[in-house]
Amino acid sequence: MSMPRDRTKILIVVVALAAVVLVVPHTTSFIILLATRALAFSILVMSLDLLLGFTGLASLGQAAYLGIGAYLTAILAARYQVGLGYDFWLVILSGMLGAAALAALFGLLATRATGVYFLMITLALGQCVWGLAYRWNSLTGGDNGINLEHRPKFGIDLANPVTFFYMVFSFFAVALLVLYTIVRSPFGRSLVGIRERELRMKILGYNTWLHKYLAFVIAGAFGGLSGVLWAHTAGIVSPENVVLTTSVDALLMAVLGGAGTLVGGAIGASVVLFIREYLSTLMHGWQYVLGGVYVLVILYLPGGLMSIPDRVRQWRTAQSNAADGQRLAPVQH
Amino acid sequence: MDARFWLIQAFNGISYGALLFLVGSGLSLIFGVMRIVNLSHGSYFLLGGYVALSVIWTTGSWLLAIPVAAVSVALIGLVMERVFLRPLGFDPLRQVLLTVGFAFLFQQAALDIWTGNPFDINPPAALTQSVVVGGLHLPLYRIFMIAVAAFIGLALWLVMEKTRLGATIRATVDDAQMARGVGIDTSYISMLIFALGAFLAALGGVIGGAFLGVYPGLDFEMLPIAFAVVIIGGMGSLGGAAIGALIVGLADNFGKALFPEVSYFTLYAPMALILAVKPTGLFGRE
Repeated sequence: MSMPRDRTKILIVVVALAAVVLVVPHTTSFIILLATRALAFSILVMSLDLLLGFTGLASLGQAAYLGIGAYLTAILAARYQVGLGYDFWLVILSGMLGAAALAALFGLLATRATGVYFLMITLALGQCVWGLAYRWNSLTGGDNGINLEHRPKFGIDLANPVTFFYMVFSFFAVALLVLYTIVRSPFGRSLVGIRERELRMKILGYNTWLHKYLAFVIAGAFGGLSGVLWAHTAGIVSPENVVLTTSVDALLMAVLGGAGTLVGGAIGASVVLFIREYLSTLMHGWQYVLGGVYVLVILYLPGGLMSIPDRVRQWRTAQSNAADGQRLAPVQH
Repeated sequence: MDARFWLIQAFNGISYGALLFLVGSGLSLIFGVMRIVNLSHGSYFLLGGYVALSVIWTTGSWLLAIPVAAVSVALIGLVMERVFLRPLGFDPLRQVLLTVGFAFLFQQAALDIWTGNPFDINPPAALTQSVVVGGLHLPLYRIFMIAVAAFIGLALWLVMEKTRLGATIRATVDDAQMARGVGIDTSYISMLIFALGAFLAALGGVIGGAFLGVYPGLDFEMLPIAFAVVIIGGMGSLGGAAIGALIVGLADNFGKALFPEVSYFTLYAPMALILAVKPTGLFGRE
């Protein structure tokens, strides 16, 4: 019964993405850069949504995986000139594998906890990565970070902002597709089962720990992908990328867009980056807008921006019911 | 590296730990009572420092700045708990997210009111001298910090252990549902503890402002360190917060002095390990 609704939703997303890819290249260079940033960061937010929205694990350390991907890219490029040609694909692969490996290690600790404890353990793990990035000067360049002077060039020249936008868009689309396939698979359904009630899933014979652990590792891998793209988008990698506020950003973006919807993460990321980088050039006190949006959404729209259509539908139904009630009222008397 | 080095570092670590106790104890109590992670706790610390600066600029009195800053930030905390956190009922994730939203709002407000310039809070001249103990020059201000933390710790301990109010708070930490069952107004306790936490954090901000400074970004720098204190010590426990603060203060000082490149790692990795093995912290109540 829900199939036609789902198909409509998929169609809307596809149309929206098509609109983005068709329109953005014809706008200003500022908008192109902004869209590229939003798409690259969206992959991180969607990876977090796999944990938050589908598995019920709120992570406050997701920036760590972005950091691994980004630092790997920057160190390989700046020190060893690796990843600036066709070997860029190897960097993508190693960024994802590196982040997945870190998540495999961190996951052993983190998946022991749930709820607020999971929040704090991921915070601690994220801070470990930040601490190394900030202090391990000889490897990471410390507070100054590492500059990436060139974007890869292989047949296509990614130094061109529009070409680069197309590439990041493609990665975003593939990531969305893969994550969507995962959450619609039996594995993804089990994750939702764990979110709803872990004990029941255990009793039904599911290895809930393994499910959570795999979700954690998959999320890490996509975080790494996001990091590789982010490094080339920003052109600099610094502890700023792995600091607590970046993880907090990702979490808030996921909630703002709507947890458990994947594309909500992309919407959340776009809205936040738009306010932060575009609105900030137009008005003073843009951070009040951002903070205010967060507070209002958390208070009044727990399902995030993606739940607005449902909310409107509910409201309309309630309205028409009320109208029916009024018409019927005289009859009842 | 002789004995002097170790003694000086240990003294610095202990005095930093004293400051961390002020920040951590409030965070710990808030977690214990409300089961939420207050991510605006670092903001209270920073706001405390800023309000104190304003008081010093207008009245010139450092002594007056301490209570004014602590009480006004406590009021902010109280309003936040009553107006925004309480209506969410028992929904820790949303409450946590809400505290972040406020942290961002506070950040912008602080930028608007006190600009982005870094400031220092200068204590009275009497406290800027140092005393010589056994051939070591110890700054009087750091001794003052230890004294304040000890005094606050003792006062909190007395209230928690010897008064009826303290008993109801402990009962709420142990089992909020049961506490409500026997007629304890846990909503009132939450409000009280949240305000107290804000009070202590702001107090830390004023006192710490003399050697950490007061600058934008200090809020999110302080927050994870406060968490380390709470987690190592154990959530919802005062004694735990004291021990946690001491451990973190010492680890931070010796870490930075001995192996600077991995100093933060040596702070947060044990925190993660402790959480994995014993989520309630080393000295937390089960």
